[in-house]
Amino acid sequence: MKGLGSLAWRSAWSRRYSLSWVALSIALATFLMLSLEQMRHDVRRHFAQSVSGTDLIVGARTSSTALLLYSVFRIGNATQNIRWSSVQALSADPAVAWVIPISLGDSFRGYPVVATSEALFQHWRYGDQQGLELAQGSPFRDVFDAVVGAEVAQRLGLQVGQPLTLSHGSGDFQASDHDDKPFTTTGILARTGTPVDRSVHISLQGMEALHVDWVAGMPARKGLSADQARAMDLQPKSVTAVLVGLKSRAAVFSMQRSIAAFQAEPLMAILPGVALDELWQNLATGEQALELMVWVVAIVSLLGLVAAISAGLEQRRHELAVLRSLGAGPARVFVLLLTEGLIITTTATLAGVVLTVLILLGLGDWTGQHYGITVSLRGPLDSQLAMLAGVVLAGVAASALPGWRAYRLSSVDGLQPRQ
Amino acid sequence: MTPAPALQIRDLRFRWPGQTHDCLHIEALTLHAGQGLLVRGDSGCGKSTLLSLAAGVLLASSGQISMLGQDWRALGASRREQRRADHVGYLFQQFNLLPYLSLIDNVTLPCRLSALRSRRCGGQVRQQAEQLLEALGLGPDLWQRPAAQLSVGQQQRVAAARALVGQPELVIADEPTSALDERRRDEFMQLLLHQCERAGSALLFVTHDHRLSGHFDQVLEMPRRSESGA
Repeated sequence: MKGLGSLAWRSAWSRRYSLSWVALSIALATFLMLSLEQMRHDVRRHFAQSVSGTDLIVGARTSSTALLLYSVFRIGNATQNIRWSSVQALSADPAVAWVIPISLGDSFRGYPVVATSEALFQHWRYGDQQGLELAQGSPFRDVFDAVVGAEVAQRLGLQVGQPLTLSHGSGDFQASDHDDKPFTTTGILARTGTPVDRSVHISLQGMEALHVDWVAGMPARKGLSADQARAMDLQPKSVTAVLVGLKSRAAVFSMQRSIAAFQAEPLMAILPGVALDELWQNLATGEQALELMVWVVAIVSLLGLVAAISAGLEQRRHELAVLRSLGAGPARVFVLLLTEGLIITTTATLAGVVLTVLILLGLGDWTGQHYGITVSLRGPLDSQLAMLAGVVLAGVAASALPGWRAYRLSSVDGLQPRQ
Repeated sequence: MTPAPALQIRDLRFRWPGQTHDCLHIEALTLHAGQGLLVRGDSGCGKSTLLSLAAGVLLASSGQISMLGQDWRALGASRREQRRADHVGYLFQQFNLLPYLSLIDNVTLPCRLSALRSRRCGGQVRQQAEQLLEALGLGPDLWQRPAAQLSVGQQQRVAAARALVGQPELVIADEPTSALDERRRDEFMQLLLHQCERAGSALLFVTHDHRLSGHFDQVLEMPRRSESGA
């Protein structure tokens, strides 16, 4: 006996117009759910990858979140600095592969100025162990050279060779401008999607030169010119924090302990990954809101799906009655409906997946350019797989609804079907 | 032993739940294979109820109505369902073709739902469907057309072919000629009776039309019911 497969197909084909709307709504719901979830995931990943490859961040004793915030995200200020001698001691430690000292405090038109060493360009990593790359120009060589982040360059329209006047502190007071010692843009960094994009990088010597004639946070009355400053000893006396790379990651905890027990001054070392996680916990409200959104979208979409399928039921009432009257038992009619539901939901869900992939591929560059968030397509997340399963299940359940009605449809109804 | 009649009724009574009077009472009736029975009555006399009882869709309140020697009341719902699919061809007043299927597929539909009717075609369901359509005056040029594109008269003949395919023992026709003009009606009756005869099917035909009586071996005149309501 031939099955009802071709019958189901031709029945569906005859209703292709309304069914395609159902399929479209399922596909769009799938797309919405998947892309929101992907975004949620990528925002988190983006956050978690703003620094990588750094084993320890060392600073004066404070909370680990505060240290992370100012050393990585340039948010807030350090209350205490680290002596240069401590930095030298750290870099001399046999377990240490490299150190990147950073000194903060100045700004350029609202963007933080980070004084650091050339080690930044060699050792600093973000994302998947990606290093910094220059889009234009070269790293700083001279005392008054500056390398600006991609966003700074873009927003302020900076070109290589252009002069910069840095400001002391956050730059709120014009009087605290370092206009006596202008810097020159020598390089523009490629976009990283990290706080580096919003930073202006200068050498530690440059930072020292800016403040060599400052006393207690104010410019001395008789300032020195740039050339005079250049001639002085520009060895920094202190820095804000040090990023440390170890020769072996296995040494990270013993190193952390030995830094905590540092004799010359009170220091602390944090593991960036752990501190990022802690910080993320504090910021999780936003993420939870996004997650809630994902669920609301999911529920609304699935309700829409049930509504669309139920609306199609009246259309099929006559057809089902005819089948029943010709001897198709309720179980067969039920299977017929369920099969159709399964096929449509699966096809539409797949279309939604394809749509998501295409749009995220197209959008990935754009969000990367504008928000520094690169949307990844590294295979589905577990949560996304669960969502796909949810959509298919709900679709099948929704198509079982008319099946249940058909089951209850009496045979009397079947013998006298209304047209 | 003679084969059991296609349809046999003994002291059949039926009343809807909650009613005080029987809406149907038939003392005795026997319909043998290859015979035709016309049930004539005005609207509301219980014709459709009788058909539902004959097809095992409704069950008698008392008395017996059996098809091929099997009382419908003795069977469960799914057994009745299967038995109906296997042995009853039903020709509806509104034809009830599936509009999206071609003529051929509409006709072969009962064979998809009943293994027995499929077997009776000797594995040549399609050929039998084609023969029936041909015999009913629907040529090969129409066979692949969707049923929705046919005229009323053509739909009727497709519905008849569907009721006849796989030689069911009992063909039940519920006012199938009500939409036809006189000439077409007589032509259709000839075709239907001839095909039933060929297939050896008993025909239970319901109508309100007096003029069809001449076509049948037996005529059952349904009494007008005294009480109101239908």
